[in-house]
Amino acid sequence: MDNYSIVVQNLSKEYGSFSALSNLNLKMQGSKCVGFLGPNGAGKTTTLKIFTDMIKPSKGHIFINGIDVNREKKKALKSVGVLIETPEIYPSLTEREALSMIGQIKGIPKHDLDSSIKKVVEKVKMEDWLDKKVGKMSKGMKQRINIAAAILGDPDIILLDEPTSGLDPRGMSEVRDIIKELKNENHLIFMSSHILSEVSDICEEVAMINHGKLLAYGKISDVVSKFYVEKENVVELSFVSDLRQSSIKAISKITGVKKVDTIDDKRLNITIEGDQKKQAEVLSSIVKLNVGLISFKPSSGLEEAYLSAFKEVT
Amino acid sequence: MKGEIDFGDKNTVPNDFIQTLVMTKYASLDYLRSRRFFILLIISVLIGILLTGIVAYFRPASFLTSSLSFYSSWWSMSVTFIIILSAVFFGGDAISGEFQNKTGYFLVGNPIKRSSIYIGKFLAAFLFSLIIFLVFTAITVGNGVYYFHSSGFPYQFFESFLLSILYIAAAMGLTFFFSSLFKNSTTSIIITVILLLFVFSLLQTLVGTLAHIQPWFILTYGAQAISNVLSNPYPPAVVSASIAPHAAFSISSYYVRLGEGVIIMLGYFIITTIAGLFIFEKKEFN
Ligand SMILES: Nc1ncnc2c1ncn2[C@@H]1O[C@H](COP(=O)(O)OP(=O)(O)OP(=O)(O)O)[C@@H](O)[C@H]1O
Ligand SMILES: [Mg+2]
Repeated sequence: MDNYSIVVQNLSKEYGSFSALSNLNLKMQGSKCVGFLGPNGAGKTTTLKIFTDMIKPSKGHIFINGIDVNREKKKALKSVGVLIETPEIYPSLTEREALSMIGQIKGIPKHDLDSSIKKVVEKVKMEDWLDKKVGKMSKGMKQRINIAAAILGDPDIILLDEPTSGLDPRGMSEVRDIIKELKNENHLIFMSSHILSEVSDICEEVAMINHGKLLAYGKISDVVSKFYVEKENVVELSFVSDLRQSSIKAISKITGVKKVDTIDDKRLNITIEGDQKKQAEVLSSIVKLNVGLISFKPSSGLEEAYLSAFKEVT
Repeated sequence: MKGEIDFGDKNTVPNDFIQTLVMTKYASLDYLRSRRFFILLIISVLIGILLTGIVAYFRPASFLTSSLSFYSSWWSMSVTFIIILSAVFFGGDAISGEFQNKTGYFLVGNPIKRSSIYIGKFLAAFLFSLIIFLVFTAITVGNGVYYFHSSGFPYQFFESFLLSILYIAAAMGLTFFFSSLFKNSTTSIIITVILLLFVFSLLQTLVGTLAHIQPWFILTYGAQAISNVLSNPYPPAVVSASIAPHAAFSISSYYVRLGEGVIIMLGYFIITTIAGLFIFEKKEFN
């Protein structure tokens, strides 16, 4: 198996005559974050569930550190942290007990358990809740504990299924920071997400899947250029405060602006026609509009690539 | 390369036995804090108090002629009821709940075999049923010793006590089997209750009483050894009687032998546990 951390071989999953996953092949290694993208029902969760033996493949194999998950699950998942969908925790347990349970299952030595738990709850900002019952916590708080459980014991490989779902904006940004940090500490992170700005922010690579089939896998820039040719002309703009509709309209009227897409309240993607000189003109016109522009950067193009990739197939 | 220290293999995943005990520990904690445990404790204490009151006030002859007849009257019906209730309360949704409440999603993705989760939870459920059972036993023995002093503890009661513990294991095995068969907690609880309280005794009547076949495949028939050992003499294997003289229609009553009872209960325990483990191993979380 060479030195690949994750090797997926001809993985298929059928539900009756419906094919949720067909012939997926994927190899991942190194210390990085791989985003797993695809529309609802594409097969992302299905893939991750097979990775962790929560469901069995109809065909094919998945090897983690060279070990077949389906044959030797316990050994294969030895150094894997997992968060799939939104798990629930026995409601009568406290946060500390829930994490101790996972820590003991993972085999964290007794004398390290307290400090390991402390480390992860500080990362997810849940240190003040250690002795409170999980059943009394909000959805987002539980999700933070789920993330803490996944990274507890410092696993080499981390599998996350929409980890920021249910989190408040601060929580999302904290989780992004956690993932960036883990990536720099020699972990492989495989993460499904619908938030493309999140993926382009923290991941180096993406895998795109639709109808159970892998469409592309590789560096973000490579995948983008596969699906999206005009990448160079897209610029992401950030503004100091929420944009008004009138400002967006004014920007779209500037000559040379071909298209305006809102990313969120404070960010826009604009597509510019023409060369770099034209681009400079457009940007200076926007500055003159006085709508609170604070920065611009070439867009990763991931959103455009995503839209064009999934338009082609469906 | 950064000059970091390599800690090598950080955590060694514990063996299956230790992981099973970890599951037992936390499932027990969950049971201990559950409303069910207290409800069940109250129910069995209430039954104990009720019986104590009846015996003290009415002094029924069936209870007080001998210590054996005391245990036979007191224990026979009540203890099997308490055991069935504990099995359903603690086991009825033990595995189905992992799917329905999604608590399995928190556990199964970790380096632990599913069988360790199943067995760990089984041990916790068994332990808590045993606690309930021992509380009820204490009330029973307290009364027995009060009325019969040192002779208040016939050896037959000790046999019955051990058979009851075997019955806990068998009934728990069955409820775990059903809770692993269904993903819906309500379904698994209701099926188990109906089976243990109604279907089995109905079947026993049909098969035994009317069709004159020994109902050796019915768990509750095997569990009747718990009360049979308290009869002196031990009842005959089968008693047949015609409803009216010379009538074509007759009925039979089967009384399970001690050895047969042990085999039936042990058989149920082993077969349902193996089947339940097998089903849980194959079951998909979706
Ligand atoms: N138990 C099941 N029986 C039948 N079909 C199923 C089952 N589980 C999943 N599917 C189907 O498999 C497909 C893939 O589902 P999956 O949950 O992997 O999608 P996803 O990519 O995670 O989507 P989302 O972004 O909505 O989370 C869907 O079409 C779904 O309907
Ligand atoms: Mg999903």
